[in-house]
Amino acid sequence: MIGATTVRAESLTRKFGDFVAVDGISFEIHAGEIWGFLGPNGAGKSTTIRMLCGVLQPSAGRAEVLGYDVARDPEAVKTRSGYMSQGSTLWSDLTVEEHMRLYAGLFGMYGAHQRDAVEEWMERIGLAQRRTQLAGSLPGGYRKRLALACTLLHRPQMVFLDEPTSGVDPLSRREFWDLIVHLSEDGTTVMVTTHYLDEAEHCDRLAFIYGGRIIALGAPAELKRAPSAGVTVEILSRENLRILDAVEDAPFVRSASMYGSSLHVTVERSDDVARLQNTIDARGLGVQRLAPITPSLEDVFAGIVKAGRPA
Amino acid sequence: MNWNRVWTIAVKEYTQFFRDRRTVAATMLLPLIQVVLYGYLSTDVRYQPTVVWDLSQTAESRQLLRAFTNSEYFSIKYVARSMNGVVRRIDGGQALAGIVIPPNYATLLHQKKIPKVMVAVDASDATAARTALSVAQAIGSSVTQRMQIKQLQMSGVPAPQVGVDIRARAWYNPGLRQELFLVPGVLALVMQFTMTFLSMSTIVRERELGTLEQLIVSPIRSSELLLGKMLPLMTIGYINVTTILLLAVFWFGVSIAGSVLLLYFTVLVFFFTTLGLGTLISTIAKTYIQAVQLVQFFLLPSMLLSGFIFPVAAMPRVLQWFSYLVPLTYFLTIVRGIIVKGVGIGYLWPQILLLMFFGFVVFATAVLRFRKRID
Ligand SMILES: Nc1ncnc2c1ncn2[C@@H]1O[C@H](COP(=O)(O)OP(=O)(O)OP(=O)(O)O)[C@@H](O)[C@H]1O
Ligand SMILES: [Mg+2]
Repeated sequence: MIGATTVRAESLTRKFGDFVAVDGISFEIHAGEIWGFLGPNGAGKSTTIRMLCGVLQPSAGRAEVLGYDVARDPEAVKTRSGYMSQGSTLWSDLTVEEHMRLYAGLFGMYGAHQRDAVEEWMERIGLAQRRTQLAGSLPGGYRKRLALACTLLHRPQMVFLDEPTSGVDPLSRREFWDLIVHLSEDGTTVMVTTHYLDEAEHCDRLAFIYGGRIIALGAPAELKRAPSAGVTVEILSRENLRILDAVEDAPFVRSASMYGSSLHVTVERSDDVARLQNTIDARGLGVQRLAPITPSLEDVFAGIVKAGRPA
Repeated sequence: MNWNRVWTIAVKEYTQFFRDRRTVAATMLLPLIQVVLYGYLSTDVRYQPTVVWDLSQTAESRQLLRAFTNSEYFSIKYVARSMNGVVRRIDGGQALAGIVIPPNYATLLHQKKIPKVMVAVDASDATAARTALSVAQAIGSSVTQRMQIKQLQMSGVPAPQVGVDIRARAWYNPGLRQELFLVPGVLALVMQFTMTFLSMSTIVRERELGTLEQLIVSPIRSSELLLGKMLPLMTIGYINVTTILLLAVFWFGVSIAGSVLLLYFTVLVFFFTTLGLGTLISTIAKTYIQAVQLVQFFLLPSMLLSGFIFPVAAMPRVLQWFSYLVPLTYFLTIVRGIIVKGVGIGYLWPQILLLMFFGFVVFATAVLRFRKRID
């Protein structure tokens, strides 16, 4: 199965009135892949996912999921995929167990088959003790767990997760990602959006969407090495903040930000590193260390956005 | 149609409905309150409290008063000793009617002269007053007739054959009892209101909360989703109808003249109109508040035009045409026909067919619009 195409988007476009939320994007997701979808607020991530799930009609373009045309055969797509929406909307007046039974029933699992799946997932996601609790009274993180369990209950081959970990505590986030990696090892294809770039490192490939267009796409390591990523320099100094002040607006600097106790500055090309050094020296600021490093994804994307041009 | 999915939605809807105590209470109590309120607050035209000033105080005058009491329309509650006393009771609203019998009542009768008995009626309630007056007149003439016959018989003449005997009779509801008229109306109104409102809100609320999207990403079809949502509402509707009928029979002593089975079948037909209207409104309104206003916008005129309050036959012609566009009109006619007149499908089939037609049109439009908005 690996290598086959699970999702194929061709010039997918969605307009809301005159506003173009998704602007003719094309991409492919391979079977068993964890495909991360990154981008600032309002970039068009959720809109894209909703078109792929058959919830939203594209204004133009087409999409294929698991070999079925989403517009022509939505039921086939819906039966075989799972969608966890960004809000992870639940029915506040239904209990944990009632939710799981509802989803199981909607996806064609009945009787003993349904009971087993519900029990299995309640155990797996740590909700068994809360089975009779109303969803409306669950803490935020548990709501996400429940939504995830409901999405995965029917063993979909393709899973769309829209910010599954927002509002989830760090420990649970790690559990979520263990589960996602596990799914992908079992052959499930996962398309996931997140604003946590440490999570993005788990993805096989990443797409960065900005203003409705995909402006960078590739494996995390590729993106960091790409010339378009620029060169990231780590600076260690006791005067980090003053250095930040000094270089932030320099024309050759794409982005500069504090990164723990050090300062990361991304410049356009490798010869810009010397100019950076000169700028700092000119201000008479002391530096312990100034050296190119492998950028973090945060550096890469900060750079891409600042450059404001497609990679 | 995948019935398992329909059932899954129905189970969800039942669970949610019965979990919300306040909605359950409101839905179940509404028909009870309506029936009881209308049943008690409506003016029962019978047993009107009456004040009497009998200046004659004879066997004859007492016989006349008995005739009044026997009619069941007058109930002698007060005895006055002056005209002032009579006026005071009527002015004070304690009595609707006053009867004054002159002192020479018996004497005049014996002299074969016509005594004048005064019956005064408080006409602020026109319906009750009109009924009371015409009943009083009828009592007058029947008492006179009886006395004439008696006198003729006493003088040895055989009783004459009366040539013409006109008797006005209130058909179907001989006692002119309001409950009998109101029960079908309340039943129709509660059905229309509750079903339209509940079907509207089950969709609109789900859309506002974003949970409708959760259902749409599942493989369920819009027709299955709608049916799953409507089935529990039908159960609630039947519970309401049954409550109203039981209350009418065991509390107000109304007897259902026609076939209960036919009544329940008509309710089923009417569901298409009410649930369809609710669904239709849910596809038009953008917010819950808007939807609530739309429900009122549709239901208020249909209540006024349907003949629930004003008889359709008494409306201006143009309004009559409009009232024939209101499905509630047909439903009301059918329900009144079954409960009050005891007529069957032989008489009611045109109304039932029209109700089916309207139900089909409304429901089909609603389903099409719902499907479009979802996809
Ligand atoms: N139903 C709608 N009507 C009008 N505009 C919409 C609608 N849905 C989304 N948009 C707009 O489309 C753009 C993209 O929204 P989308 O939700 O896809 O962004 P996103 O990348 O998921 O953002 P976030 O990270 O905040 O979730 C936004 O500007 C949003 O305001
Ligand atoms: Mg989003």
